Amino acid sequence: MKLTLRVWRQKNADTKGKMVKYQLDDVEEDMSFLEMLDVLNEKLVMDDEEPVSFDHDCREGICGSCAMVINGIPHGPQKNTTTCQLHMRHFSDGDTIDVEPWRARAFPVIKDLVTDRSAFDQIIQAGGYVSVNTGSAPEAHATPVDKVSADDAFDAATCIGCGACVAACPNGSSMLFTAAKVTHLGLLPQGQPERATRAITMLAKQDELDFGGCTNVGACAEVCPKGIPLASISQLNHDVLGATLSGARSD
Amino acid sequence: MSELAQEPTSTQGEGRYVLGDPIADTRAPESPVGDRWDDRKFSARLVNPANRRKMSVIVVGTGLAGGAAAATLGEAGYHVKAFCYQDTPRRAHSVAAQGGINAAKNYRNDGDSVHRLFYETVKGGDFRSRESNVHRLAENSLSIIDQCVAQGVPFAREYSGLLDTRSFGGTQVSRTFYARGQTGQQLLLGAYQALERQIAAGTVEMHPRTEMLDLVVVDGRARGIVARSVLTGEIETYLADVVVLCTGGYGNVYYLSTNAKGSNVTAAWRAHRRGALFANPCYTQIHPTCIPVSGEYQSKLTLMSESLRNDGRVWVPKERGDDRAPNDIPEDERDYYLERQYPSFGNLVPRDIASRAAKNMCDAEHGVGPGGLGVYLDFSDAIERLGRHTVEAKYGNLFEMYQRITGDDPYEVPMRIYPAIHYTMGGLWVDYDLRSTIPGLFVGGEANFSDHGANRLGASALMQGLSDGYFILPTTVADYLADGPFDEVPEDHPAVREAVEATRARSDKLLSANGNRTVDSFHRELGQLVWDQCGMARSKEGLEKALDRIPSLREEFWRDVKIVGTGDGFNQSLEKANRVADFMELAELMCLDALHREESCGAHFRVEHQTEDGEAERDDENFSYVAAWEWGDGGKPVLHKEDLEFSYVHPSQRSYK
Repeated sequence: MKLTLRVWRQKNADTKGKMVKYQLDDVEEDMSFLEMLDVLNEKLVMDDEEPVSFDHDCREGICGSCAMVINGIPHGPQKNTTTCQLHMRHFSDGDTIDVEPWRARAFPVIKDLVTDRSAFDQIIQAGGYVSVNTGSAPEAHATPVDKVSADDAFDAATCIGCGACVAACPNGSSMLFTAAKVTHLGLLPQGQPERATRAITMLAKQDELDFGGCTNVGACAEVCPKGIPLASISQLNHDVLGATLSGARSD
Repeated sequence: MSELAQEPTSTQGEGRYVLGDPIADTRAPESPVGDRWDDRKFSARLVNPANRRKMSVIVVGTGLAGGAAAATLGEAGYHVKAFCYQDTPRRAHSVAAQGGINAAKNYRNDGDSVHRLFYETVKGGDFRSRESNVHRLAENSLSIIDQCVAQGVPFAREYSGLLDTRSFGGTQVSRTFYARGQTGQQLLLGAYQALERQIAAGTVEMHPRTEMLDLVVVDGRARGIVARSVLTGEIETYLADVVVLCTGGYGNVYYLSTNAKGSNVTAAWRAHRRGALFANPCYTQIHPTCIPVSGEYQSKLTLMSESLRNDGRVWVPKERGDDRAPNDIPEDERDYYLERQYPSFGNLVPRDIASRAAKNMCDAEHGVGPGGLGVYLDFSDAIERLGRHTVEAKYGNLFEMYQRITGDDPYEVPMRIYPAIHYTMGGLWVDYDLRSTIPGLFVGGEANFSDHGANRLGASALMQGLSDGYFILPTTVADYLADGPFDEVPEDHPAVREAVEATRARSDKLLSANGNRTVDSFHRELGQLVWDQCGMARSKEGLEKALDRIPSLREEFWRDVKIVGTGDGFNQSLEKANRVADFMELAELMCLDALHREESCGAHFRVEHQTEDGEAERDDENFSYVAAWEWGDGGKPVLHKEDLEFSYVHPSQRSYK
């Protein structure tokens, strides 16, 4: 199929970017979206033009590197699918496709489609863990975990940290990301001792960074490639409220 | 003896290398195999907690091995500097492991034990691994599960609230712990969170988007790295008392593999060029259940977890070139060849055997799909027996992934699968302490060669990465640091300057070639060549062809590669070119190693060495050794042999019939 691409090109963080139009004549429907961009890049290099920079690594939907807004939607039109797993059979001959980086204040553009998502690591540093040093663990079967909690914790833990939730949010909020981790650890017995402080400190860190506030729009859960449920945000709010009322402190 | 006198003769590589002195692992205690790790832990020296923060440790790579090691060394109080090329440590390729992690917990009461896991791993590796190392791995498997559960890794559980397990290839017990089809992700996030906790605590200094391009060796000790900031292009030096490489495998030498696009051999290869021996490079694992190639533009291959073989049945049409749709082929016209050839293990034979059987079927024109390069993996029996709901609970995400990529629904139509490169058992040579041959350079995880012999069993990679990272390296690195802190190395030390200048010169040369071919086009050509000649089946003739072609391809690469842009900023073509340059050298050593090993063992299958019914034929008398290669520095590589001794598991022909 023949496609027209309009791709965001930006030399670096300090320069202005713009959409640039490219024509591709021989796109096959079994190609992934990134393979289609590979083809474009090979062509650009041979034409002495700089290839389009984009983050990507595993190309099987699990590392969370790839991050493109495709026709206005983070990761594009297919539900529960990362950019790398999106295949060209979902497009038609003659289509024009817009490709942009994540748009969020907390994720500044580094180059072209590459953004800086290190703010997510800072949120995890603020409490997204169980404080257990290597070697201090009890026997695994000492603490049974009911299957429903284990399964729900797993569902929240599948977050790949891609940032689509932030890109989709009109406020640029990272609430779904933070909520996923708080829910994952908060549902397990191992996460209980730090449950209250975790919710408070992670939320406080998120507010301190350049993320916006959550107004329950729900766009985040719509675009999440792993289907993290919106209800995890309720869980976060519940934990924060409970922690605040019980006077939990983060020191 | 002169070099000439040591030249190996006749068939084994025909004078393409030089035979050096034998090498041995001198760190494993002499005690009975089950006591060795306890004895080593007791004899390992300790560092006073007050002195630890004065000691600095560089950890390169933040996957399971590197992330776990960096976090644990940070917890112990050392000053850790951790590096990864990705934008955050949570994206290391361990994240993509699907199926599970082995541990000899025997929760099923099905006869499992540390000894059985040890035994099966040695046997699965086709008797080409070290007993000491493998036994320790089996022992550590118990603590790994405890540690991960305590971190909040959401393993699959039963209604009792206890941990669930499943079966994997090469064993008849059920010892694989899993988190749906995303076990690697969940274990990695556990290690990542432990690491982030140490970053917050200030014990670990994290350097993401920073790619190691050389090792700094001062007075015979590894003392630092030269790295390129992916963001600024700056060539930077980082110095420390000890360097730990956990930089993964080199499967991307084949271009098409299940590895992440960025996975590369550069850190390990640069260490090799600085004096670290590289062991068994020809042991590369081909995973039997991957989604077949669909076109020329293909950029990577996707694995379907081995766990699928628990319930999926592998078959091809009995009729050659049968192009009917799979559901139109009646039961009695299907050949369930694994069940037929290996009745006792059936669809759960080890990976090397399942891969080769698929290749044989396709070579004999029974293959299905485009180009006849595929076999069916059929779940219709399982769906009928267990119900769609149960199959969905077990494999749902894998089925979805398959459908997303191929457009076919595996609940209705059998999957098409074909083998693909997945893991590399070879890697930098290490002793029992995971020390390379350069003092102060430790190697963990897939980057070392140590535990899997000539073939890795499923669900053992995660186990080894975490065993190295959480439990072995923190002990043995501390033992090494007990001699430190070492004299500070000034930034303008000649060895540092030389490494920095060499790194700059390499990048400049790549940038200035301004030739006619893209990096990827060279990488594809190299990959195809290595896949054809040093893939699932290898022959003397083919390997020699590859060995003749690689040097000229490499020369063309340096002369004719085309990179647009500059070195002083974000430049993904330059990153790729630096990696491909090293693959071009590694590929030659792989083929040489494969050529010199005149036997078949595990994943290394030489067509000249097979039994009457087509199984791998080992030659224990002549090849029961680790081949540890020394960089030839322009001349011929030097082979050092480490003899393997088997006191507990006696080599036999592996039989899964």
